[in-house]
Amino acid sequence: MISLSHYLILGAILFAISIVGIFLNRKNLIVLLMAIELMLLAVNLNFVAFSHYLNDLSGQIFVFFILVVAAAESGIGLAILVVLFRNLSSIDVEDLDTLRG
Amino acid sequence: MLNNFVMPDLYPAAPEIFLLLMSFLVLFVDLVFGATHRWIAAMLTVITLLGCAALTLVTSDGQTTLTFSNMFVDDLLSDFLKLMSYLAVIMMLVYSRQYLGDRGLDRGEFYVLVLYATLGMMVMISAASLLTMYLGLELMSLSLYGLVAIDRESRRATEAAMKYFVLGALASGLLLYGMSMIYGATGSLEIGGVAQALYQGHSEKPVLVFGLVFLVAGIAFKLGLVPFHMWIPDVYHGAPTAVTMFIGSAPKLAAFAMALRLLVYGLFGLAMDWQKMLLIMAVLSIGLGNLAAIAQTNIKRMLAYSAISHMGYMVLGLMAGVIGGQIDPFTAVNAYSSALYYTVAYVLMSLGAFGMVLLLSRAGYEAENLEDFKGLNQRSPWFAAMMLIIMFSMAGIPFFIGFFAKFAVLLAAIKAGYTAVAVVAVMFSLVGAFYYLRVVKLMYFDAPVDSAPIAAGLDLRVMLSLNGLAIAAFGLFPDAVMLVCTTTLMRSL
Repeated sequence: MISLSHYLILGAILFAISIVGIFLNRKNLIVLLMAIELMLLAVNLNFVAFSHYLNDLSGQIFVFFILVVAAAESGIGLAILVVLFRNLSSIDVEDLDTLRG
Repeated sequence: MLNNFVMPDLYPAAPEIFLLLMSFLVLFVDLVFGATHRWIAAMLTVITLLGCAALTLVTSDGQTTLTFSNMFVDDLLSDFLKLMSYLAVIMMLVYSRQYLGDRGLDRGEFYVLVLYATLGMMVMISAASLLTMYLGLELMSLSLYGLVAIDRESRRATEAAMKYFVLGALASGLLLYGMSMIYGATGSLEIGGVAQALYQGHSEKPVLVFGLVFLVAGIAFKLGLVPFHMWIPDVYHGAPTAVTMFIGSAPKLAAFAMALRLLVYGLFGLAMDWQKMLLIMAVLSIGLGNLAAIAQTNIKRMLAYSAISHMGYMVLGLMAGVIGGQIDPFTAVNAYSSALYYTVAYVLMSLGAFGMVLLLSRAGYEAENLEDFKGLNQRSPWFAAMMLIIMFSMAGIPFFIGFFAKFAVLLAAIKAGYTAVAVVAVMFSLVGAFYYLRVVKLMYFDAPVDSAPIAAGLDLRVMLSLNGLAIAAFGLFPDAVMLVCTTTLMRSL
């Protein structure tokens, strides 16, 4: 039987993977965007699990909103990435080094 | 199911609805006249904000009204913060008109994004549920990411936008994870429902505290508190100065509202837990912000570190509302209104300081280094005096508004029994006085490096003078502003 805590642990693992992905990834900005998406999905899993467990629909409605916002967010993220690539001719995280101090 | 649909009361949300409709008009007008008459979109944006202010005043009855199934609240606090936000945005638009025009950035997108960011702030300020809080926050943040990157040719600006985007999205993720835990532990998305579940005490404490940690981390990211401050210097430095001014002003009010609504209205039952977290972050912010600002040669970067330290002082007031687990309404209102006072004062000073950077910039030249302020007294004694007022106020020298704001916050901290923390805060504000006064020294005692006449238009000059004089004038009547803040909070808590 899969209980609430299994879902929560899976959510926590996905969330941890995404955080590690953001901080350890030093090469590719697209991987960074993927990590951000994964983070939001981990939260969605949490919300759905809680919503089912609490027998309360509002958590699932929140998930719909998160999905929409995640789409908008990756839209903006990719747009900034395209502009950045035009200026830098690179999507390497380590090339983001003009601003220092 | 659909038969049960009840039309929500739209009246409390009238300013938001008006702003949304007007933003369509701005988009349309820009499509038709954007190529020939760029000023129309700018004018319409200011008119929209003035209309919002009028609607906010008309719909304000001093009562707390909930609408949209208890997801949206209209109380005195939201009205006050919204009016301050409109004021900050209008000032930003007046300050940056010429700067944007010189750089070809005064396209319709700029004004529409500013309007949507303002709408996001308004939703955040009026949020009564975790869902509306998140949606308002994202609307504001996504518009701000776009605004930072609005200068597409600039390598620095796009790099800043990317950093802002990644760290902002990370912050939203942390906040959401915290929200999901709090939803799971209390079974409610409404902030009032969360507070009630905590009050009744049959919720899982460990899950709640676990969620709280993430929630506080998300809030700290948006406020720019150490250790979640990494984005602030880069974004302030890289973004076009007009956008930096925007990010450094009105969103601070929205972030204050977010902190107050989530922590005080919602999670007051966990005050003992978040108080400690805020205390540590406040002290670290005050320390690191003031120390790192000394090393800066770029004034935008210096003001970024100063923003970090100022937010630290503000949070000092926010965490002083509960004394040793005892809740005394009088102390609580005093502490939270000192934080509100600090935020409003900071927004006014921040607008003035970035206004000075815009004053000295001209077509093809960014006056963003400290050197550009050298000998300003010889070039323009009046604006050197304005900068003097702003810097003295930021340093917390009597008798300007910044002094009374710091005083109120430190008094609240001492009353809450954090005397040692207050002493540390005062010592770091002495450290901070060094870099504020260095600007004054450069203006009055050094020879000018850049001796070109100041090219700024009349509107910027008038606005900057009013801004500087307001900082001085409110310093003469500090009780009046404090009274407004206290009354607002007293009637909204």
